[in-house]
Amino acid sequence: MYPSRFRYESPRSIDEAIALLQEGGGEAKVLAGGQSLVPLLKLRFAAPELLVDINDLPGLGYHTVDPDGTTRIGALCRHADLERSTVLPTRQPTMAAAAPLVADPMVRNRGTLVGSLCHADPQGDWASVVTALGGHVVAQGAGGRRSIPMAQFVTGPFQNALGYDEIAVEAVIPAPHGKPAGGYLKLERRVGDFATVAVAVAVERSHSVVTRAGIALTGVGGATINAVEAAQALVGHPLTARTIGDAADLAARAAQPRTDHRGSAEYKRQVVRTFVKRILTGVNEPTRKAA
Amino acid sequence: MTGLYEEIREEPAADVPVRRVSITVNGAKRTADVEPRLLLAHLLRQGFTLTGTHVGCDTTNCGACTVLLDGQPVKSCTMLAVQADGHEVTTVEGLAGPSELHPIQEGFSDEHGLQCGFCTPGMMLAAKALLETNPDPTEDEVRWALSGNLCRCTGYQNIVKSILWAARKLQSQAGT
Repeated sequence: MYPSRFRYESPRSIDEAIALLQEGGGEAKVLAGGQSLVPLLKLRFAAPELLVDINDLPGLGYHTVDPDGTTRIGALCRHADLERSTVLPTRQPTMAAAAPLVADPMVRNRGTLVGSLCHADPQGDWASVVTALGGHVVAQGAGGRRSIPMAQFVTGPFQNALGYDEIAVEAVIPAPHGKPAGGYLKLERRVGDFATVAVAVAVERSHSVVTRAGIALTGVGGATINAVEAAQALVGHPLTARTIGDAADLAARAAQPRTDHRGSAEYKRQVVRTFVKRILTGVNEPTRKAA
Repeated sequence: MTGLYEEIREEPAADVPVRRVSITVNGAKRTADVEPRLLLAHLLRQGFTLTGTHVGCDTTNCGACTVLLDGQPVKSCTMLAVQADGHEVTTVEGLAGPSELHPIQEGFSDEHGLQCGFCTPGMMLAAKALLETNPDPTEDEVRWALSGNLCRCTGYQNIVKSILWAARKLQSQAGT
């Protein structure tokens, strides 16, 4: 398979890239890791007139934690960079748990977190993680930069809130106020398959009491599901078997799974419940490894 | 550049812009004028007649087309040839000279790591990248590194053994 014809540009500066997108007038696509876009081009689900390859833009491959605890992930930071990160395991455990579960090793070498957010696949991993962490996406256009909360960034399956002349340059996770903990669990039939179900859980605790919580679900609805009620059930309490059970039940209720070849709706709902329990129990009893 | 557009089955018309790419393939600098939509896998196979890079699923699943891009395994069916401009690519032909075998190839031979052989180039390149960062991997680490490469014949058992064999061989060579 091969894509239909397009004009290809590889700008050296972000301003040049934005100017090209303006020139493209809605018929241009940004190419970063390309692990979703290139297959779409080959299947001709996408046939842009202009491809703006941002891989030559300098200084976008970073992931850093600011002194105040804010985590920033640049548009060219690959999944593999996050998988090998030395800062994430302690500073952003939910992200550290998700990185090795994205796609397969070769895709992780090319694909990017920001690109995955832009692709807005309901079965994508990072949208749930960034939603659970209350993150946002920084978009840059000719008029400057703006921040778009993750909940508003994804506007539908495979649709995002970017203007046609904007580039998502960074994903930002706000600084945790308490001690961060959490995890990401994914059920897939084999490595690289779309998630049957995946669950991201992020909690922040102060003196054992949960001060902030986020739970988001992958693969059990038309888009990433932000299980707000389930997360709220944890806030203000220590993690106990009861609060964990309540959150798990509420998350299962928030899921909108469909029966398909990957499993029945009821089975998927049960997996959501189990994963929430498993992650939070693992957080609570770090000595007993969540399996 | 005979055959470069064999897969596409149409030569670019005169008004279709092409880009000159310069790629270091298996240590030698190669150039080609390509249409931007040409995939790296096609440039390697048809442009440079390096047909050891196999195209299996063509949908980013199987890993048969795996090559090393600046030392990292990537799927060459999921990358445009123009994106490799200025980079180093290693294909299975670059593992060893024409009359010798790389220890990874010896391992596959000794441990019966292949049957039909279609997935083998991708498997060996994924293994090469693993052994360069982790010369003494556990069986689990080998399986993890190969998790994006599908094999429909072997059940993976002998592929894993082949790579562990190669790891031992490379280590003993490094020790002498």
